Amino acid sequence: MLQFQNYVRAQSLEQAYTLNQNRRARVLGGMLWLRTEGGTAGTAIDLSALGLDTIERTGEGWAIGAMVSLRTLERHPELNAMTGGAFAKALAPIVGVQFRNLATVGGSVWGRFGFSDVLTLLLALDAEVELYHAGRIPLAQFAELAPDRDILVRVLVPDAPVKLDYQAARIARTDLPLLTCAAALPQDAPPRLIIGARPMRAMPVADAQGILSAGLTPEAIRAFADYAAGAVPTGTNSRGSAEYRTHLVKVLTTRALGGLIQ
Amino acid sequence: MTITIQLNGRPVTAEVSPDTLLLDFVRAHGCASVKCGCETAGCGLCTVFLDDVPVLSCSVLAARADGHSVTTLEGLQDEAAEFVGFIADQGADQCGFCNPGFVMNTIALLRDNPDPTDEEIRSYLAGNLCRCSGYEGQLRGIRSFLNSRKEGAQ
Repeated sequence: MLQFQNYVRAQSLEQAYTLNQNRRARVLGGMLWLRTEGGTAGTAIDLSALGLDTIERTGEGWAIGAMVSLRTLERHPELNAMTGGAFAKALAPIVGVQFRNLATVGGSVWGRFGFSDVLTLLLALDAEVELYHAGRIPLAQFAELAPDRDILVRVLVPDAPVKLDYQAARIARTDLPLLTCAAALPQDAPPRLIIGARPMRAMPVADAQGILSAGLTPEAIRAFADYAAGAVPTGTNSRGSAEYRTHLVKVLTTRALGGLIQ
Repeated sequence: MTITIQLNGRPVTAEVSPDTLLLDFVRAHGCASVKCGCETAGCGLCTVFLDDVPVLSCSVLAARADGHSVTTLEGLQDEAAEFVGFIADQGADQCGFCNPGFVMNTIALLRDNPDPTDEEIRSYLAGNLCRCSGYEGQLRGIRSFLNSRKEGAQ
């Protein structure tokens, strides 16, 4: 159970940021992980009155407010159209509708959870994050940082046609994933592959040997899947062993890259 | 702190702690159908509607619901009565513990999608756990309700 002394519905980002400089403060997202994790805090900072629950098209892409629910993201018509339905495919298996109505994009991204489908998907889309104090930084860079006292305001997704294929292995429907994998093929850039739930945080797999440089042929995909299985560190937890996950890296990479050429 | 929530259509003003959960608030105000089944935000038993959106009340602060409307099964008896008999006819209610959350989310499903496919039903109700049944009875019950409604419309 989470216990705290004060609750503040912030009236401005400045107020939220200032309150959050106290080490005992906690910013509330959807409160799902926070509630399950428990512990004590001084002030709970609620961002729900700051208009951050919308997805807007900007000059360069999509600005997804930190308080947008996973359910809203899952059902967003244009983001799904842009990605061949990858948002719906990646997010729908997360627990249940009632959970996804609460869980927020900001909470998911800020948490940088190892098991995060959201992080895996957004990394494949080359997203950026907008932080109140630090400004805009690439999500790939943000994902490697330890949480500090800043406030995540928005996630920015480029508005560029991209083929995307999302794969995840689960022991049971609605459970946390055993492994996640997203492959993206931008119009004028080489393919990107992201592996998550290793069970460590999602990471990009760079094509250091240029295996895919001659195109996504079935042979190149098989070779890259073998390469990815060697290049991606995996670990063991209650859901599966490192060895099994490494096998899944190969299988899901083959499926995800294969999905790009169908 | 003092909050006011529109609970099943009537305003309820009460003094709560900053960390009071909506689950405990509604139970303290006569809505005993809302229960905590899992402690990990994963079972769906504590489902309520917050401004008509189904959410897990175990993970919502009462303070966050201040100024909003909350509906529980106590406030939806007529809408539930339309289909729960069809689920009971399939023997799907065994211990009955999961039933209130299950009924709440079925109401949400049917409001959102009045004519769902079996896969859409499974997918929408996937966050409601039942430890007695294999979910097939509930699915048959909802299907049988939908068929009966279609026949009635003809």
